[in-house]
Amino acid sequence: MSTEQNTIEELANREYKYGFVTDIEADTVPKGLSEEVIRTISMKKGEPTWMLEWRLKAFRHWLTMTEPGWPNVKYPKIDYQDIRYYSAPKSTNRPKSLEEVDPELLRTYQKLGISLEEQMHLAGVAVDAVFDSVSVATTFKEKLNELGVIFCSFSEAVREHPDLVRKYLGSVVPPTDNYFAALNSAVFTDGSFCFIPPGVRCPMELSTYFRINAAETGQFERTLIVAEEGAYVSYLEGCTAPMRDTNQLHAAVVELIALDDARIKYSTVQNWYPGDKEGKGGIYNFVTKRGKCAGVNSRISWTQVETGSAITWKYPGVILQGDNSVGEFYSVAVTNNRQQADTGTKMIHLGKNTRSTIVSKGISAGHGNNSYRGLVSVGRNAENARNFSQCDSLLLGDQCGAHTFPYIDVRNPSARVEHEASTSKIGEDQIFYCKQRGLSAEDAVNLIVNGFCKEVFRELPMEFAVEAQKLLGVSLEGSVG
Amino acid sequence: MEDQQYRGSYIAGFELFEKSLNGESASPLHAVRREAIARFASVGFPTVRHEEWRFTNVAPIARTAFAPVLRYDGAGVTRQVLNRVGSADGDPFMVVFVNGFWSEEFSRSAGLPAGVRIESLASALARRDEVVLSRLGSLVAAGENGFTALNTAFLREGAVITVEDRVILERPIQVVFLSRPSAEPHASYPRVLVTAGRESRLSLIETYASVSEGVYFDDAVTEVVLGEGAVVEHDRLQIESTQAFHIATMAVRQERGSNFSSNAVSLGGAIARNTVTAVLAGEGCECTLNGLTLAAGTQLIDNHTVIDHAAPHCTSHELYKSILDGKSRGVFNGKIFVRAGAQKTDAKQTNKTILLSADATINTKPQLEIFADDVKCTHGATVGQLNEEQLFYLRARGIGEEEARDMLTFAFAADVVSRIHAAPFRDQLDRLLRARLQAGRIATES
Repeated sequence: MSTEQNTIEELANREYKYGFVTDIEADTVPKGLSEEVIRTISMKKGEPTWMLEWRLKAFRHWLTMTEPGWPNVKYPKIDYQDIRYYSAPKSTNRPKSLEEVDPELLRTYQKLGISLEEQMHLAGVAVDAVFDSVSVATTFKEKLNELGVIFCSFSEAVREHPDLVRKYLGSVVPPTDNYFAALNSAVFTDGSFCFIPPGVRCPMELSTYFRINAAETGQFERTLIVAEEGAYVSYLEGCTAPMRDTNQLHAAVVELIALDDARIKYSTVQNWYPGDKEGKGGIYNFVTKRGKCAGVNSRISWTQVETGSAITWKYPGVILQGDNSVGEFYSVAVTNNRQQADTGTKMIHLGKNTRSTIVSKGISAGHGNNSYRGLVSVGRNAENARNFSQCDSLLLGDQCGAHTFPYIDVRNPSARVEHEASTSKIGEDQIFYCKQRGLSAEDAVNLIVNGFCKEVFRELPMEFAVEAQKLLGVSLEGSVG
Repeated sequence: MEDQQYRGSYIAGFELFEKSLNGESASPLHAVRREAIARFASVGFPTVRHEEWRFTNVAPIARTAFAPVLRYDGAGVTRQVLNRVGSADGDPFMVVFVNGFWSEEFSRSAGLPAGVRIESLASALARRDEVVLSRLGSLVAAGENGFTALNTAFLREGAVITVEDRVILERPIQVVFLSRPSAEPHASYPRVLVTAGRESRLSLIETYASVSEGVYFDDAVTEVVLGEGAVVEHDRLQIESTQAFHIATMAVRQERGSNFSSNAVSLGGAIARNTVTAVLAGEGCECTLNGLTLAAGTQLIDNHTVIDHAAPHCTSHELYKSILDGKSRGVFNGKIFVRAGAQKTDAKQTNKTILLSADATINTKPQLEIFADDVKCTHGATVGQLNEEQLFYLRARGIGEEEARDMLTFAFAADVVSRIHAAPFRDQLDRLLRARLQAGRIATES
């Protein structure tokens, strides 16, 4: 018992290893939010008028909205005038190649284990690195261009591919969708844009790496992925932030559109700074993610491993509009210390023969609170819709909480919807069994927790699965006494 | 009726009610009533903006003016009527209420063993029974919502059932609330207060029914207190008129080692809502909540349950099934709370729904909130239709499609009905259900 207890303490005291700050000159706007600030952001980015109008419209709508209070998370009121809405590393021109990128920035990514150069040469993953508010580097562009795949920063997309952006921006998450989506629509600074032309199978994983660096800034990025008929893309997203004792807001919007026979696989390993043991500091991760299976036989799958953030509050969803479309959601959410998570998914079945699978694994330790909140909705015309949901919670410690709020709304008699949930802890007998076979208590817990999450991890691309397992180890190992 | 208007009509009704109390308005209880009506005047009925009422729009209740019933009138109530609505003949002790008033002529409690009391709430209040007064409203707060506020405001009649410590009652007690609709829609406010003493045993049947079809409003509150080691079996049948509104709130509090098990069958009501809350306050309690809903036409039947594990080593089971036909809507919300420190909790919840028609809707939300680590909690929910393979199996054996559908639907329902405690009541319900399931559909007429 005592060695296990020590292991817990040791691990709980383990520092967040991405908590450093990069000293880099930044171009920022004053704190606060007003039409003026939005105009400045838009101007700095050299945006066309329609984009500015779109932002202002969202902002005016946001002013009429009130912050929702229904989630199962607690946080002090956010002062939206105390946030800096734009911060960019100061460099005169956007670099054409990696050689031109500020070496300080490259070092930052290296420290994070995301060596842009190395990835470019060896791993074959195209990376778009977003530092605070702007995208600093995108690798592998030429190679992707040959196939007609567009993978660039959002600002670049607004300049170079305005027709595509205009057509799809806000088509899945309209600016009026919710409070944070409206805020994001008004002030979003950058993000990634990705377009896969018909029939193209994207030859490499596309990846965006988000880094918050500057203090008192919010990060508001926007990702838009469009897969045309028969296209396929696998997209990865990773995030980190420095340790600070004030909370920072991250309100992103991700939109995915899959046309006929297209498939999008979106994976996230979220490791924003979770705050310290007493819950001081950390990122508020309030994100709207939604995919639309617009075409027949299309397929969208979300895989997320949420280990960071003081508060995670998001519901990556899929609108299953096309007939025979498939939506998937695989999630591991970990809350330790004072972390809170209210996450889950929405599967909206509209087309015929649509199918969805939800596998959610929540792990609570310390004083963490973990909620699964999900919606499975079967519309009147969604003949033969099929859903299977499984939400399991694992509790490590007697101060944490696990909650499940699944909503199931069915309006078609041919639907088959199944929901299962369970809550349990690691059994002493399980630990005993492992220890008997020579494993340490820590390894035993690690083994059991990884086994618990296996269904989700195997959906992740290889490199990410390894990272996710390691992260989980750092966040949790040995939290059982 | 507009918002302010419907509140005004209840306040006017309260004034009439007050006058009919014959000077009783000086009693301390009346202050509670006044407080409750004031509460109602300020909160009104819940709207769909309340999370707990999100799928149950009670606006139709607000649209009709329901007058309170001021005196007993047993005309039109016969033994046949009672038999038709599922009262188990012969066996149980029985209390009958007509439009909320105690009916002396149909109630029978001869032969009650010593230590068991069935009393009308009005008479307990008339003699200002301290125990009854202190227990009334101890589990259901008047301020909880507009409906419990109204029930408390119009508190006058009901059944008080008390079983003393270590008394075992072998025959069930049946409480029947009959409504007799008239041209002028009325509201009645049934109230049941059950106290089962330490290590006592009681079987209780609650029936809510109507003499004929019509529009009326039943706003019921039931409170059940179980002492240490008490066992209470509870069966409930709600077979109101399909034009009626039925809002019921039941709250149960269990002390150490007690066992409460309930089977609730809901068949009637244009809008019917059951809210059941069980607090497992002592160690080693067991709580079982089962429910069956059959809805057709444009009925809306809503079951909200809360099982609150406040102490360690408690077990709870829940099985709610719904069969929905026509344009009906079923709502299920099952919450299981496990409080911090309620270790070794074992909670299981199952919700199954069959949709028989293309226009039926189900909104289900099984919900777990857990603050202890050494627990076993599971819930499962399924929505579907009759199994094609099972249908095929039956048809391959020469059973017609409609009959096969009936058999399967009935089997689905029988899962709950077979759990009903009181045997004669169970048989009667069995027959009732068979009659309701016709040609693979739910017959709208009762």
